[in-house]
Amino acid sequence: MKHIKTLNTKNLQETLKKGGCGECQTSCQSACKTSCTVGNQSCESRK
Amino acid sequence: MQIHQYKSNGLNIILDVPGGSVHVVDEPVYEAVGILRENRDEDEVRRAFALKGISSEETEEVLGEIRELRQQGLLFSEEPYAPSVEAFAKRKTVVKALCLHVAHDCNLACRYCFAGEGEYHGRRAIMDYETGCRALDFLIANSGARHNLEVDFFGGEPLLNWETVKKLVAYGRSLEEKSGKHFRFTITTNGVLLNDEIMEFCNREMDNVVMSVDGRKEVHDRMRPFRKGSGSYDLIIPKFLKFAEQRRKLGLKYYVRGTYTRWNTDFAADVLHLADLGFDQISVEPVVAPPEMDYALREEDLPVLLEQYDILAKEMIRREKEGKGFNFFHFMIDLTGGPCVYKRLSGCGSGTEYLAVTPWGDFYPCHQFVGMEQFLLGNVRDGIVREDTVESFKRVNVYSKPACSSCFARFYCSGGCLANSWNFTGSINDVYEIGCALERKRVECAIMIKAALNE
Repeated sequence: MKHIKTLNTKNLQETLKKGGCGECQTSCQSACKTSCTVGNQSCESRK
Repeated sequence: MQIHQYKSNGLNIILDVPGGSVHVVDEPVYEAVGILRENRDEDEVRRAFALKGISSEETEEVLGEIRELRQQGLLFSEEPYAPSVEAFAKRKTVVKALCLHVAHDCNLACRYCFAGEGEYHGRRAIMDYETGCRALDFLIANSGARHNLEVDFFGGEPLLNWETVKKLVAYGRSLEEKSGKHFRFTITTNGVLLNDEIMEFCNREMDNVVMSVDGRKEVHDRMRPFRKGSGSYDLIIPKFLKFAEQRRKLGLKYYVRGTYTRWNTDFAADVLHLADLGFDQISVEPVVAPPEMDYALREEDLPVLLEQYDILAKEMIRREKEGKGFNFFHFMIDLTGGPCVYKRLSGCGSGTEYLAVTPWGDFYPCHQFVGMEQFLLGNVRDGIVREDTVESFKRVNVYSKPACSSCFARFYCSGGCLANSWNFTGSINDVYEIGCALERKRVECAIMIKAALNE
């Protein structure tokens, strides 16, 4: 494309189909204890 | 809000909010999307572009590219999640993480401590081994099929009860084979009592260590003094540097974690100070404090604070390009992977998947609720006795919070911190506005950094 550079072709809708496995880390156990940051966590179902 | 578009560091960025796709675009596309997102049609774009003297050839090219992305589900995508997330919220949850308050006592007197100098507005107390064991037993018994179990040794200052920490790690490990579980232990420490033996043990047993330091010496010492008033910076920094270096060499996780307040609204300098010292895993967060406190962040501070994230982001890009990059926790974003939509929308898990345990074995929804009696959920002997309270935490998600529906960052913060919401609004189903404004800025900067480094 000439006008658009797509950084990622993520499709969150796809993750809806699999369902949540719940293996991921809880947010506050990492490096935040006063704010909720979830978008930076990794999915553990692939492991 | 389905589309979020913003300009940052000379880049035009468009985020497809429900799908998570990110596009860096030129000016005509940026403008066209701005028109189309208001439910205006392509003819309106054509008219607007004609008035600006943009050729019809270029206009059709722009519209064609936007159409292509739309067809691929990468722009103007649908948000079909609400029914699934509501159903997900009703699932039977398991407990997967505990925050063990092994010491409600501290050897520092940090002025912003939400635990009231470690005592959580209650009495000074130390967790005994038996209580800790029962907590680990409870975790295993209530974790269902979950394999990895997280246990954070927290306080107060957990090193004030170090012998118990060691024994509890050994107890946890002794249960792993039989139960088929794996414990991921972590510890959060102020570093005062840190020594070689403790570092060696943590490097063997702890999945992550969080070292509390706020940044520049004067900033750190102002808010993190000893009880008699002198600063703690000079004592802890050499130890933290040594510890961080060891863990880096071993490929183990660590973070230096700080808090910024109204006294250092120029906090980018503190993050950079930590990086200059040699730390490469850094987290510095806004203080959460009652508005009447003199160090609490105020709405009027926001323009300065938001600018600080821009300053930090640009400097991080510069350093990364020079091969001297570091990781800032709140700019971490995984654009290609990351958690599933259930995780993104269903919140942090406090009160359901994550519980805090007091030294005497009481359960609270998380460390920030400890000491608020209306949130007492049960204890290690009787288990959860307030299922109604657990249920109210379970039902919180971004769709239960009216403010989140119009916020582009809802897929990155999962509705924000429930304790913040409670402290500022009296409800766990609301949001803390200052925290939200900062979070939105962090998400924008995180995406911009990815875009800039991708060029």
